[in-house]
Amino acid sequence: MTAVPLQPPRRLVSFTLDGSETRVPEGSTILDACRSAGKDIPTLCQGDTLTPKNACRVCVVEVEGARTLAPACSRRAEPGMTVRTDTERARHSRKVVLELLASSTDLSTTPRAAEWIKEYDAEPGRFGADAARVNEQPRIDNDLYVRDYDKCILCYKCVDACGEQWQNTFAIAVAGRGFDARISTEHDAPLTDSACVFCGNCIEVCPTGALSFSTEFDMRAAGTWDEPAQTQTTTVCAYCGVGCNVTLHVQDNEIVKVTSPHDNPVTHGNLCIKGRFGYQHVQNRV
Amino acid sequence: MDLRYTDAAPTDTERAAVDSLLGPPPSGWEGAEERTDEDLRWARGGAAAARDRRDQLLPALHAVNDRVGWISEGALNYICRRLTVAPAEAYGVATFYAMFSVVPRPAKVLHVCTDLACAARGSGALCADLADRLGPAGTPAEGAVWQESPCLGLCERAPAALLLQTGAPPAGEESVAGAPPAADEPVAGVFRCSAVLAPATAPAVVTATRAPEAAPAEPPAGAAVPQAGDPGLVLLKRIGTVDPASLDDYRSTGGYTALRRAFALGPAGVIREVLDAGLVGRGGAAFPTGRKWQATAQQADGPHYLVCNADESEPGTFKDRVLMEGDPYALIESMTIAGYAIGAAHGYIYLRGEYPRAYERLSHALASARTRGLLGPDVLGQGYAFDIEIRRGAGAYICGEETAIFNSIEGQRGEPRSKPPFPVEKGLFGKPTAVNNVETLVNVLPILEHGAAAYAATGTETSTGTKLFCVSGQVARPGIYELPFGANLRDLLALAGPPERMRAVLLGGAAGGFVRPDELDIPLTFEGTRAAGTTLGSGVVLVLDDSVELPRILLRIAEFFRDESCGQCVPCRVGTVRQEEALHRIVDRTGAGAAADVALMREVGQTMRDASICGLGQTAWNAVESAIDRLGVYK
Ligand SMILES: Cc1cc2nc3c(=O)[nH]c(=O)nc-3n(C[C@H](O)[C@H](O)[C@H](O)COP(=O)(O)O)c2cc1C
Ligand code: SF4
Ligand code: SF4
Ligand code: SF4
Ligand code: FES
Repeated sequence: MTAVPLQPPRRLVSFTLDGSETRVPEGSTILDACRSAGKDIPTLCQGDTLTPKNACRVCVVEVEGARTLAPACSRRAEPGMTVRTDTERARHSRKVVLELLASSTDLSTTPRAAEWIKEYDAEPGRFGADAARVNEQPRIDNDLYVRDYDKCILCYKCVDACGEQWQNTFAIAVAGRGFDARISTEHDAPLTDSACVFCGNCIEVCPTGALSFSTEFDMRAAGTWDEPAQTQTTTVCAYCGVGCNVTLHVQDNEIVKVTSPHDNPVTHGNLCIKGRFGYQHVQNRV
Repeated sequence: MDLRYTDAAPTDTERAAVDSLLGPPPSGWEGAEERTDEDLRWARGGAAAARDRRDQLLPALHAVNDRVGWISEGALNYICRRLTVAPAEAYGVATFYAMFSVVPRPAKVLHVCTDLACAARGSGALCADLADRLGPAGTPAEGAVWQESPCLGLCERAPAALLLQTGAPPAGEESVAGAPPAADEPVAGVFRCSAVLAPATAPAVVTATRAPEAAPAEPPAGAAVPQAGDPGLVLLKRIGTVDPASLDDYRSTGGYTALRRAFALGPAGVIREVLDAGLVGRGGAAFPTGRKWQATAQQADGPHYLVCNADESEPGTFKDRVLMEGDPYALIESMTIAGYAIGAAHGYIYLRGEYPRAYERLSHALASARTRGLLGPDVLGQGYAFDIEIRRGAGAYICGEETAIFNSIEGQRGEPRSKPPFPVEKGLFGKPTAVNNVETLVNVLPILEHGAAAYAATGTETSTGTKLFCVSGQVARPGIYELPFGANLRDLLALAGPPERMRAVLLGGAAGGFVRPDELDIPLTFEGTRAAGTTLGSGVVLVLDDSVELPRILLRIAEFFRDESCGQCVPCRVGTVRQEEALHRIVDRTGAGAAADVALMREVGQTMRDASICGLGQTAWNAVESAIDRLGVYK
């Protein structure tokens, strides 16, 4: 069990969500309200441990009186607001956004993407075979993780996790503009020449699999990655006194990757290079 | 912060360029070549100090780019050390702006406008001719490289070209704001020896590229005002008749009476006048200026900032350029009044990077206003401290969006922020900020000089005062026109000399909409254009006759938005690409052959309008949609 620290009591805001009067603590987003009401709104760039950039726009909802749709992940519930999550207009935007994403990037390792594409009747193929794609080759410049930007939806999560929201290392940023924008190190240098400290916190937050452990990347390429067959065991990192929680993903009795529980109030899913990648000694069998 | 720099070292020139902006490095920690004993005992800087100087990033990138022509790894490294900025972030910023290059390029860069007004007046042929003479766009030859460019804001003299040349400033001319330029003489731009060619011919462009110093002088700002000298003019009254470099001329034609009146009224009184005058913003969004000021003034958090939006990159817009070049003191006086009203001590002019002459004129005007106590710690001896700084943009239309300006000034990528919170609450540096367009600000002068009632007597009930229109394209007398609100499109075109066989008028710019020649009765007011399903936008009136191939113009509009999207949100980043692709597919098709792609564009367009973060994505589809619906382009 993880301890959840108590917050000071907050006032409640009352507003209308899909026709029902809803009360949420002040400061809650529309998405928070939807989730506590059991509504499933698709999200990609939203992350439980980061301030969302609201860049992907798959979570848009209709707020009465507003000229445009609002991102549920970032717009805070205001008293008296009337919000509809399932209008034709909102569904249309989600559908087209999914089409735009799926036609330009590889969503094959994005959890739930296929499900949403089906749910919203999205047809990414209708922009034609010549529709411009991101077209990036996987970058393999170190032994620990692979950057496959063909799968990147530019959610900014890795940038925020590496930068001021968690790691404070600032090894990567968005470079270029528009359709040519990419996540990049300075002058596109290899990660090993950059400020990267290989904490892997960017992999932890990446919603698409654009950033992945080399183990996972290689096993996927070899066709041996079998997620349903994996077990997950959360334990305590044994390296230093901080005592971070690590979750070991094990397939065929081998650790294949390490994540960290996001609801841990101390680490929020962050680890350092040792906890994240230093597991080989555990499975060195002579 | 874990900052890590590479070993790449700056050249002496790059170092000098940065040091001329930031001064010599105070210690080895900030990039001095030698570490002293003291440096080894003291670490200065750190995250807090760094945040203080991050806003010098854009000026520092300019310093190097202006001097060397591009930003090398060593130069970027040195800038990062000096400002304690992570190199990856600085690289992200440098690659955001079109005027910067992170790969080597020649010292002379020639920008040839291929945007709407220039396309309508022969930029296609000009580019073809240039390609014959200088080689294909983008390939360096003879120490120069030419490239196609979005609107340069010289639409009245289309087709236009701008030559920027890098290099050390000539001896004795270190400071741009130094010697006052004479009234309408060509001035050496901040990019050194820049030449402005408009209208441009291929031979003239080639000659100017070889010998920029011999390029012909640019016509004075007043040449853009066909009505110059007309006693009915309010905002344009000085342009073309008064020396823009002379503060005395400015004062002798009524300059600084509005500021005196402002001091007599007090800040709340100024806001009341502006509210009563019914002034509405001229930057495109048509927001009531008085309400914006009031909301900023009321914020408890401080300091408050004033930002003048002089980014003017909307294709077809050039009014702010003419105001700044022809009457720079008017902008400075009105900013002083606005700053006083909202309680700001610091104002920024965010000026688009491609306006060297406006930069020159404003720098000079600021320096002389400071000398005469009209800016500084005690403006006019009234105990009000106010000063203005110019920030040069670097080629990004999106930086005209109000929150993108903040990011740009702060040294971040010029990406818009999501609203709420609104700028009046959390703007520049997270503080309450009022952002106003140049033309909006200049309107404050007649309001205070003659009073709100007199001002509101001109125009209609909800559109008060006069409006500047940027008329370009196939008219006999392109330029800036000033008309009282209420005049209609026909009246305006009568002044400019309409073409015989008019095909369409683009109203409000690339983010506006097309209207037909049988719709010239549309009143040019905020409410009138809205009722007609279009917009005044930034005052663009681009007139096209039937020699223009509309599908190509639409393609150019789509290309513009695709190029200028910041890339932050999916509907705009990918949607603009899909729209351009669809327009390409149907460029020579009509009827059933185009129907499927038109339907596709409508679906994408609706999503861009509904779900984009900022106005760029939200309006990118407007003009094309209006061409389909009102002009029946692909029928
Ligand atoms: C993409 C984009 C570009 C813009 N460019 C400009 C500009 O160049 N100049 C300007 O004054 N306003 C521009 N605006 C509008 C500003 O965001 C803002 O509304 C305006 O500066 C407010 O000033 P006003 O109230 O005086 O009109 C732009 C808006 C968008 C969305
Ligand atoms: S690499 Fe992953 S986390 Fe980073 S922007 Fe792309 S999709 Fe988001
Ligand atoms: S992950 Fe790193 S910081 Fe956390 S306990 Fe392990 S070694 Fe220590
Ligand atoms: S709408 Fe376009 S320009 Fe605006 S934030 Fe989104 S991507 Fe950037
Ligand atoms: S999840 Fe809300 S915009 Fe991406």
